[in-house]
Amino acid sequence: MDAVLLARLQFAFTLMFHYLFPPVTIGLGLLLVVMEGMYLKTRDLQYEAMARFWTKVFAVTFAMGVATGIVMEFQFGTNWATYSRFVGDVFGSALAAEGIFAFFLESGFLAVLVFGWDRVSPGMHFVATVMVALGSMFSAVWIVVANSWQQTPAGFHIVGTGAAARAEITDFWAMVFNPSSMERLVHVLLGAFIVGAFVVLSVSAFYLLKGRHLEFASRSFTIALVVAAAASLAEVVSGDSQARTLATTQPAKLAAFEGLYTTTSGGTRLTVAGFPDTAEKRVRGEVAIPGLLSFLVWGDWNKPVQGLDRVPRADWPPVALPFQTYHVMVGLGFLFGALTLLALVMRWRGTLFEARWLLWTFVFAVAGPFAANELGWVAAEVGRQPWVVYGLLRTSDATSRSVPAGQVLASLVMFGVIYALLFAVYVFVLNDKIQHGPDEPTPPPPATTGKGLLAAAGRLAGQGGESLTSTGEAAGRSGGE
Amino acid sequence: MDLHLFWFALLGVLLTGYAILDGFDLGVGIVHLAARGDDERRVLMNAIGPLWDGNEVWLVTFGGALFAAFPRAYAAVFSAFYLPFMLLLFALIFRAVSMEFRSKREGAAWRRFWDGAFFAASTVATFLMGVAVGDSMLGIPIGPDGDYTGGLLELLHPYALLVGVLAVATFAMHGSIYLHLKTEGELQRRIHGWMWRTFGFFLVAYMLVTVVTLATVPAATRNFATLPWAWVVVLLNILAVANIPRAIHKGKPLGAFVSSSCTIAALVFLFGVALFPNLLVSSSDPAWSLTIANAASSEKTLRIMRAIAFLGMPFVAAYTAVVYWVFRGKVQLGKFSY
Repeated sequence: MDAVLLARLQFAFTLMFHYLFPPVTIGLGLLLVVMEGMYLKTRDLQYEAMARFWTKVFAVTFAMGVATGIVMEFQFGTNWATYSRFVGDVFGSALAAEGIFAFFLESGFLAVLVFGWDRVSPGMHFVATVMVALGSMFSAVWIVVANSWQQTPAGFHIVGTGAAARAEITDFWAMVFNPSSMERLVHVLLGAFIVGAFVVLSVSAFYLLKGRHLEFASRSFTIALVVAAAASLAEVVSGDSQARTLATTQPAKLAAFEGLYTTTSGGTRLTVAGFPDTAEKRVRGEVAIPGLLSFLVWGDWNKPVQGLDRVPRADWPPVALPFQTYHVMVGLGFLFGALTLLALVMRWRGTLFEARWLLWTFVFAVAGPFAANELGWVAAEVGRQPWVVYGLLRTSDATSRSVPAGQVLASLVMFGVIYALLFAVYVFVLNDKIQHGPDEPTPPPPATTGKGLLAAAGRLAGQGGESLTSTGEAAGRSGGE
Repeated sequence: MDLHLFWFALLGVLLTGYAILDGFDLGVGIVHLAARGDDERRVLMNAIGPLWDGNEVWLVTFGGALFAAFPRAYAAVFSAFYLPFMLLLFALIFRAVSMEFRSKREGAAWRRFWDGAFFAASTVATFLMGVAVGDSMLGIPIGPDGDYTGGLLELLHPYALLVGVLAVATFAMHGSIYLHLKTEGELQRRIHGWMWRTFGFFLVAYMLVTVVTLATVPAATRNFATLPWAWVVVLLNILAVANIPRAIHKGKPLGAFVSSSCTIAALVFLFGVALFPNLLVSSSDPAWSLTIANAASSEKTLRIMRAIAFLGMPFVAAYTAVVYWVFRGKVQLGKFSY
């Protein structure tokens, strides 16, 4: 098999697996801040119970993100050596900032977040929660900046020629604020908020349907619903503004998304669905709205949007894959908006928690945002082909020349096996936590005995040895043997 | 300070931090099969439970800093050691999985299996890192364009394998001493024995590697001619090694732990001195070696990143200190344990 294809498959597989987890922690982080903020404001113990439970889910997911994230960082060097040499000067500072600011911030305060409930004051704990939430967002900032630079390079010049050519920073802030970075960052963060909120919606809906932890579940559901609805609507706006930027920065990608083989003479249609056929340069079974793409991009129904015919054939991206992934992502986005708005209206009317069909929909709807995030990534990255750095470095020139295809195949197979195992652990542990459910809020003991009890609890908790993923219940059982 | 030198030194600091911190939790994995029964093994697991994750962040940051400061070296090293590094990644992931999986069920066979996996993953990861260090001391075939030109077998040089063994011995000793600090009672008495045995193993491996290095790797001491003060580190290294048995004998495990940490730091330092000013020596032609000058990013990038590092480092030090402070003291199995 082709070494470049194998390297791409491995990167896609390991990245898509990795990208299941960080959006959950980013989204959950935001919700944790809201829940714990509510607790500080109202001193209602139910909010504290909520923050504690969702922290456990956060911690398991965070550990998965770290384990699979190391792989991504190694892989630039192991499989994409030429790319690493080319982008190192630019990409490197973003990655270094991520390591120093985001990773250490997260892993440092995470310990306080997870294990610190009984050791630090509620105010201090809240600070830790905010820091972890910020840390997880920071990590998104730098990686999206780096990836956006690959889409719309800025603030650099090229040094050297041929295989030795590399990009060097000339303007750090122009690199950071390259034409697509901030729009893409907003899009990624909103996507993560939707995922995190839908995770909470799914588990809470399950409890509501089973009649368990009702107070906990209804409050969690409501908070997550507001976040999900707001983020879903904002995501539509963000997607629209991104598409407009795309028309000028990466016209070939937009043309692939829209199946636009030929530049029209008048206004360009918006394709809603269809099957692009690159051999015949048309979209089969196309459903389209005339002129709408022109209007969305230019605000003018009659100004044409550039098609693939204006791009040299050698620089065409594949069309079918970006087209379908993009369309499914957009369709899902509208579905999230509709579903959460409907639920909001019913919540406002007080009929939501009786509508079992809708709650069941939410139990399973959690798959949607995960799919939308992954598909969006596929659309963005495949749509950039044949370039790994747009207009500057071709994907086929970017791999490690010294690594034979057989070795890549071997590592790809191993990743398949290990990740299957890892995923099994995750589902196993998460299911365990969800089945156990939150601990019921308990009022603090009376003042007379409070001191002694608290001190005893503190001693117990102070003995160390908690695990990142098994704080609490599961270990309680194994501890009893 | 010269920017290239600064980044070389900072990479050394990150590698030292990683080796000392993740070193003890890898070491716990290497020795933990010697514990008797499930409760004892759980104590050992819980001694590193809340810490190993943060320790690995040092490796992530080391990788990121190498990529950022010396992209040509990062590209060459990571692609040259392709299969070993993939194996290292699998081992690191497997370690995490086996720790988590182990505690979820109580069957004896189940736990034995994951204990075996935890031991194997810790040992393999440590060994591979040692082999990579050994190969870097020797130099590997690098072509004029900075790409590795050898095969897998060339990485399995006997000297590199020997350094791999030294790494396993060092971390096993370091981990045993750490465990002595975190345990008590009967288990601690037996761990006292492990400390002596792993120290013996370490001493043999250390002397063997030192002799072989002096005899067959001239590059290792080449820089001593121009950097006479490096001899001080050699001396300190010997003193630190000698202080380990002294501290164990005197019943001062903390002293022993500090000494083994200093030993690791000195070894990483001597590794740096042996390489300098190279990051990766080409055994094909010295002119093709990747140095801190020809593999570096632009001055501007190095300066930006130095600012980032200065801003971030105090925070990193503070978090690390806080976490270790919170989880100080002896391990007790409780309802929160693995």
